[in-house]
Amino acid sequence: MKHLRTDPRIADPDEFYAALTEAHRDLDVAASRKLDAKLILLLANHVGEVTVLFEALEIARGTKRGDTETSNSRDMT
Amino acid sequence: MPTTYAQPRYAFHAPPHPGGTERARVVVVGGGLVGLTAALDLARRGVACIVLDEDDTVSIGSRAICFAKRTLEIFARLGLGERFLAKGVTWNTGRVFFRDREAYSFNLLPEQGHEFPAFVNLQQYYAEEWLVEACLATGLVDLRWKSRVKAVENRQDGAHLSVTTPAGDYSLHASWLLACDGARSFLRESLGLPFTGQVFRDRFLIADVVMQAEAASPWPTERRFWFDPPFHPGRSVLLHKQPDDVWRIDFQLGWDADPEAEKDPARVRARVAAMLGEHVAFELEWVSVYTFRCRRMKRFRHGRTFFLGDAAHQVSPFGARGGNGGVQDADNLCWKLAAVLDGTAPEALLDSYDAERVPAADENILNSSRSTDFITPKNDAARAWRDAVLELAEDWPMARPFVNSGRLSRPSVLRGSPLNGPDEAPGAAPPGTPAPDAPLLRGGTAEWLLRHIGATGGFTLLAREVVPVAMSGITTLLLADTPRPGALHDHAGLAAARYGLAPGECALLRPDQHVAARFTTSAPEPILAARQKALGL
Repeated sequence: MKHLRTDPRIADPDEFYAALTEAHRDLDVAASRKLDAKLILLLANHVGEVTVLFEALEIARGTKRGDTETSNSRDMT
Repeated sequence: MPTTYAQPRYAFHAPPHPGGTERARVVVVGGGLVGLTAALDLARRGVACIVLDEDDTVSIGSRAICFAKRTLEIFARLGLGERFLAKGVTWNTGRVFFRDREAYSFNLLPEQGHEFPAFVNLQQYYAEEWLVEACLATGLVDLRWKSRVKAVENRQDGAHLSVTTPAGDYSLHASWLLACDGARSFLRESLGLPFTGQVFRDRFLIADVVMQAEAASPWPTERRFWFDPPFHPGRSVLLHKQPDDVWRIDFQLGWDADPEAEKDPARVRARVAAMLGEHVAFELEWVSVYTFRCRRMKRFRHGRTFFLGDAAHQVSPFGARGGNGGVQDADNLCWKLAAVLDGTAPEALLDSYDAERVPAADENILNSSRSTDFITPKNDAARAWRDAVLELAEDWPMARPFVNSGRLSRPSVLRGSPLNGPDEAPGAAPPGTPAPDAPLLRGGTAEWLLRHIGATGGFTLLAREVVPVAMSGITTLLLADTPRPGALHDHAGLAAARYGLAPGECALLRPDQHVAARFTTSAPEPILAARQKALGL
């Protein structure tokens, strides 16, 4: 059974985050929610594995806690 | 209000030719952090200059506080490194909180074997005071206090300045002019040069407080950043420790805050008490409210006038990229100007100041703008994304790289520089990289690599396990794997690793401690050619 990967995997997280917020810049609340919904549907389909999706859903709902690992040492903030 | 620091007052001396015209080879306008660094760097390279400053003292209040590793290395090259280490507060760890919980922490310098830490916190006035002392000791810097430029004219052979002083006005013709006169640069505005970018609709309160060691004991020496803490709901707070038991706190206030009302000491005390705890004793040292912009000039070179620091580019404070960026401008420009003035390099070399520092400024602006967007979300969607990141960060490593409370200053890698030479064996430290430090032994005594690079002004060839022939304008530094007379012993192998040098390989380093080129052999022709290229020849 596949598991959700929770290690950092995006090479330039700031670039992606900036693109994400930029996409929302001039949208009203309803349009913003729809954008996020489409994004999740697209990514969910890409993932494909339903067990992985359910695991992500649990984490997002706050019903699954992680094992608090030591923090990463990336040079940031 | 300040009680921990006595502001020095520097004596004003009447100009040599009141009412007349004076000529100087190099004039620096603005005796602040960047102007003084430039003056000292030029003096260390044998170039005399006049510094004009409208005031008669160093910076007042809480301004730049975080001096980054690369900046400390530059100050070490200028002879001030140990003062920063001795007085400053060294820190490597940052800790981020969301509401009442720690979201995560990070170490900015996880690697050992560097003379300088990731950051030293120090009040800007100390840095400026030491720079003034060092400038005067060179005998090459003519510091002119209470001297305000009231007009400037840019000419082909330099800049013509009208200077006003308490002892009368005079004209000063500068063959070369360094404009280090800050974000509201009079020189930039007089010359009609645009300064464009983004305004951020937010205000921040700076409260510097003095807390004696006992009261401060729960607060370790690290950077702390809170998003939406219980003591300042809905906004962010940043805490830094400085020398003299001074703690700097930045409270985000929002755009609608009334700056005058927020500076009321009673109000500030209440904010601080809510954060530190009602029973904690502290004194207010400094209070101010700021807003900021991210913007820059299109070019920093205008004929024989150069803009440095805030005069050329402005960033948000998150990331400590303002003062550090400015010092790095001086580091970049001064060896080039000295090389042009002593006839080693053509004037065209100075164009590379734009080619190298404009992209560096863009990098600083990009990083500090993104931090600001994270700290102050522009709409509900951005706030939801941010809070989602912060909620996930405590448990889930995937979220942590997105947390952005400031991407702290790191030197730019000059990847696309026209001065870069060949990289014969690509690997570590490609051309354009700030030269990495490494621990070494000389005659059994501990040493640092960077102390040997650029201090005397010229180029350095770092040669591992090979003795190259003597080359004009290049000092050779022999790097040995085992102890050997006349060589630096790379006992930990870190110099070889950080420069990616196999035995027999060499790296050419610029006077500003940047890698110019890397070679698989010590054959002199390509090395000499790379030096020529790095000098714009």
